[in-house]
Amino acid sequence: MMEQLPALQVVLPLFSALLCLLIRNKTASRLFAVAVSWGCLAIALILLRTVQETGIISYHFGGWFPPLGIEYRIDLLNAYVLIIVAMISAVVLPFGVGHWGLSIPEGREYLFFCAFLLCISGLLGITITGDAFNVFVFLEITSLSSYALIAMGRNRRALRAAFTYLVMGTVGGTFILIGIGMMYLETGTLNMVDIANRLPLAYGSRTVLVAFAFLTVGVGIKLAVFPLHHWLPNAYSYAPATVSAFLAATATKVSYYVLVRVIFTLFGAAYIFETLRFHVLLIPLSLLAMFIGSTVAIYQTNIKRLLAYSSISQIGYMTLGLSFASINGLTGGLVHLFNHALMKGGLFLVLASVMHSIASNEIDDMRGLGRKMPFTMAAFVLGGLSLIGVPGTVGFISKWYLVVAALEKGWYPIAVLILLSSFLAVIYIWRVVEIFFFREPAAEKSIKEAPLSMLIPTWILIGGTLFFGLQTEWTAGVAGSVANFLLGGLP
Amino acid sequence: MRMREKIILRVVSKAFIPFIFLFALYIQFHGDFGPGGGFQAGVVFAAGIILYGVIFGLDTMRLAVPERLMEYGIVLGLILYGGVGIVSLISGANFLDYDVLNAHDPTHGQHLGILLVELGVGITVTCAMTTIFYALAGRGEK
Repeated sequence: MMEQLPALQVVLPLFSALLCLLIRNKTASRLFAVAVSWGCLAIALILLRTVQETGIISYHFGGWFPPLGIEYRIDLLNAYVLIIVAMISAVVLPFGVGHWGLSIPEGREYLFFCAFLLCISGLLGITITGDAFNVFVFLEITSLSSYALIAMGRNRRALRAAFTYLVMGTVGGTFILIGIGMMYLETGTLNMVDIANRLPLAYGSRTVLVAFAFLTVGVGIKLAVFPLHHWLPNAYSYAPATVSAFLAATATKVSYYVLVRVIFTLFGAAYIFETLRFHVLLIPLSLLAMFIGSTVAIYQTNIKRLLAYSSISQIGYMTLGLSFASINGLTGGLVHLFNHALMKGGLFLVLASVMHSIASNEIDDMRGLGRKMPFTMAAFVLGGLSLIGVPGTVGFISKWYLVVAALEKGWYPIAVLILLSSFLAVIYIWRVVEIFFFREPAAEKSIKEAPLSMLIPTWILIGGTLFFGLQTEWTAGVAGSVANFLLGGLP
Repeated sequence: MRMREKIILRVVSKAFIPFIFLFALYIQFHGDFGPGGGFQAGVVFAAGIILYGVIFGLDTMRLAVPERLMEYGIVLGLILYGGVGIVSLISGANFLDYDVLNAHDPTHGQHLGILLVELGVGITVTCAMTTIFYALAGRGEK
């Protein structure tokens, strides 16, 4: 059975999503979804162990050998991203068990969990597969289910946000498909390893160049890289609270994985960074994302929007790490994948608890909330510190690697800019922390601390930001060996 | 003039619908040997059902193909598809490896596998198309 785990990693949530439709009972489907997400996490952990011990796992679907058949190919990079997705879903799904109401639309609970599990299986599928076309198929599964999830938000504007995301996401998906089609045109294969072997023969051709352009723009839309981020703030702010937490922590991470895969596995770092000089484009965009995202975040009146814009700036850090094309830079980008998933997931869960208690995410309505909900808001402060990058939190680890990578390259201005952008994070976090803790509460309403079923998942993630801020072997260690593995050919 | 008064449409469509279904079944089960397959067959089959709904009205259609049944059908078809994969997993082969479905002859196993999988696709597509029609046509009723 062990050798079937790669298939089960995707089949389990996919199949369970269907069973949710048959169960229909809201409590039963919820508990079922929770159990499935824990199963997925267990499989992902076993897969990571196996990869670390025995090397790359290759699974042939239907017994057809690659490159003809569909191959699931798990190396350190996938295994690492699988853990992120499975871990976040295993923490977010149990959030608020036993409490219904604000986050999930009434009467459609089983559909919500069906879409949620579909989204999980899509994300896991994109990550695990070794077939370029399969990536597109799972991308569509993810996208369609996430449009549905976002549209379930209570505010009617959620519909518009979902529609904008649908239009942008479809453009992105189509671009990715065109890119894959052009690579197929040039190499005659869809298997990623096979493409990687054959592509060097076609480096001079314009088709390859255009394929890369389509792929990067397509993935860039999904990843919300700076000028293509328009859909993200609305989608995150109007989605149901737990969906925001889940998508913010996983969807952009998986898109980042696809970008890394395209650049380092398919096209090869040497071609992208030495021949095409892709970093000349990506570094300015990353820096703009870091500064504009953070600056806009300072002026937000809705806390979910604030975090959404902060996500855009954090994505800037990740793409910046990638564009260094050095071991430390890539380690920084990859470790930030995990770290940002922890802190953003945790912060959005805090907001979900707040939504449950006061039915609002406007910063004004949250005045003095730190006194009424001390444990919840303490989690927000710690998550915020991590966003800033205070030593002892995970944010510091990522930024440390990025700064070291910039210094290594001798790009001192960039190192300074990374530190400066952290100060913008101080401003937007402090501004809301001040309102939460040092303002008088609005009216004497009986606001209670969030229930334990919400506090525990929140604190698991926020505790993680502290734990992995000190214990870096499991995150930065793995990310470092992934970076080594990806840059095998480069110094 | 209302639809139920258009006698030509009613008679012609009533005569046509069985043949549409038959053609769909042909595409479905001949798909292993010729052009066609589950998706196309499902669409054609659903077209027959939807034609019935368009001509005879939504309420009559609901009697013939209940909405709830169609929703379950979507799941049923996918479970049939996935179930084939699970069976091959249990038999010790990789997911969706049809060779093991027939203990004596792998080629027969392949036949059986693709037949069941395509049937699953056909059921799901039929039911999904019909559900989409219900969702669009039934708007504003509730």
